[in-house]
Amino acid sequence: MRISVDEVFETVKMTMDHHFDIRTVTLGINLKDCMDRNFAAFRKRVLKRIVEKGKLLNQFADHLEDKYAIPITNRRIAITPASILLEPLPPRISTAVNFCKTLDEAAAKANINFIGGFGAMVQKGTTAADDRLIDSLPEALAQTSRVCSFLNLASTKAGLNMDAIAKMGHIIKEIAAGTKDGIGCAKLAVFANVPEDNPFMAGANHGVGEGDYSLNIGISGPGVVRAVILNNPDCDLTQLSEVIKRTVFKITRAGELIGREMASLMNVNFGIVDISLASTTAAGDSVAEIIEAMGIGQMGLPGSTAALAMLMDAVKKGGTMASGNVGGLSGTFIPVSEDSGMIRAVQAGTLNLEKLEALTAVCSVGLDMFAVPGATSANTISAIIADELSIGVINCKTTSVRIIPVPGKRAGQIVHFGGLLGSAPIMQVAQNASAKFIARKGRIPSPIQSLRN
Amino acid sequence: MAKKKQESQVCIVTVTGKDKVGIIARLANAMAKMNINIVDVNQKIMETYFVMTMAVDVAQATADMHKIQQELEKIGKEMLLTITFQHENIFKMMHRV
Repeated sequence: MRISVDEVFETVKMTMDHHFDIRTVTLGINLKDCMDRNFAAFRKRVLKRIVEKGKLLNQFADHLEDKYAIPITNRRIAITPASILLEPLPPRISTAVNFCKTLDEAAAKANINFIGGFGAMVQKGTTAADDRLIDSLPEALAQTSRVCSFLNLASTKAGLNMDAIAKMGHIIKEIAAGTKDGIGCAKLAVFANVPEDNPFMAGANHGVGEGDYSLNIGISGPGVVRAVILNNPDCDLTQLSEVIKRTVFKITRAGELIGREMASLMNVNFGIVDISLASTTAAGDSVAEIIEAMGIGQMGLPGSTAALAMLMDAVKKGGTMASGNVGGLSGTFIPVSEDSGMIRAVQAGTLNLEKLEALTAVCSVGLDMFAVPGATSANTISAIIADELSIGVINCKTTSVRIIPVPGKRAGQIVHFGGLLGSAPIMQVAQNASAKFIARKGRIPSPIQSLRN
Repeated sequence: MAKKKQESQVCIVTVTGKDKVGIIARLANAMAKMNINIVDVNQKIMETYFVMTMAVDVAQATADMHKIQQELEKIGKEMLLTITFQHENIFKMMHRV
């Protein structure tokens, strides 16, 4: 059956008018076979592999952009969690920093904008190499620009590693102090139940359960979903869920097509399609505005959680029908600084940290790209992390925290990061309320899986 | 033995903008120059607005996708039209289960 003119223009409009794009193609690369006791030998192998594959990734992404006229906005690489690679290397923090710089150099040479995986899985305990990686973060993130870091600090199976969470409060403050406006913190996400195939930064990594290579694709399109909601101003919520599903089905199919073709061109396995509505600072490309288009007065007001829950569910249903390989974080991101509707809501006072936390109980990811006063204590940062990760642990879902304590700024002020990272209003947070709880350390045990009330 | 016919590679061109003389002629001419076969044309005028979709086969084209995109962009700028060019698979994937 020929494609009708209406169908053609529906697709064309998505990219021309509603910012539909393939947000990222991310190549996962296994680096375990590059490991060595000698740093120079290790470095040489890593550089060669990343630069070679990264250049191919860019080349084929350009080709598919021309073929389908859908922008492939970011081309990225995710590597084996770096702390594993550090294990045999000389036990010095400077080695971890040098490895981070090697990744940065490789990404620059291949013209890859971000490389993820400089992180560790420490949900239950930390090895000496994990500790060195964590200790290296303030210097490593200050001296590099393209490397992203992740840490899995908790999981439903293991519980919450409170030793590591307590430490991260201090590390995050150090990272903030070492970079302009604390921007280094934007390159670090801490997780509960981190997925091993997520193509989105800052949390991308190529998990130990993956093969040598895996091509993962992240599609977005909040603008497309918002447009379809605005076209259906009077239908009931059952019908609204249906139209969202249909739209997400279509954009996921586009992702599936491009992902498969990309993997075949690169001669690597196709991994997953991540269907996450990810906002950008561009006008109309906002998740908060989708919620508002559904009829909520402003993001954060009562009803926001229900609206977001329905949106998430419809996105997942449409996506899973469209692709047998849906994975990663798949859902909806609500980063504060990268979403113009979220920024407005914080400034208007309808959205505070407490409501943001409630919203993350029903959406993917978590407390993302939000700024707090520079004077926020380390134990308060740790306590915020523990709160958010416990939501993920208890509900068997991924949650994460990307918090930026902006040096010298107070609540109510705003910091402009520029570019993709946007602007963040500094959010009010209580001080030193839970120092004793964090100082106890230890591990919060994994939760019971029955008696789910 | 007959030479095996190369598979067709159908792309869809869309054109929107203010109607004027010579839009189809200009496009058809550009396609012919790049050895691109026009398979189907759908066109209508809505008030003074020109809307067209054109299916073309690029299997024997002398230019690659990037060159074709550039050529169409040039025509779009000259004639003040919005022109898109996409492989038909994207429409099939999105609109057919």
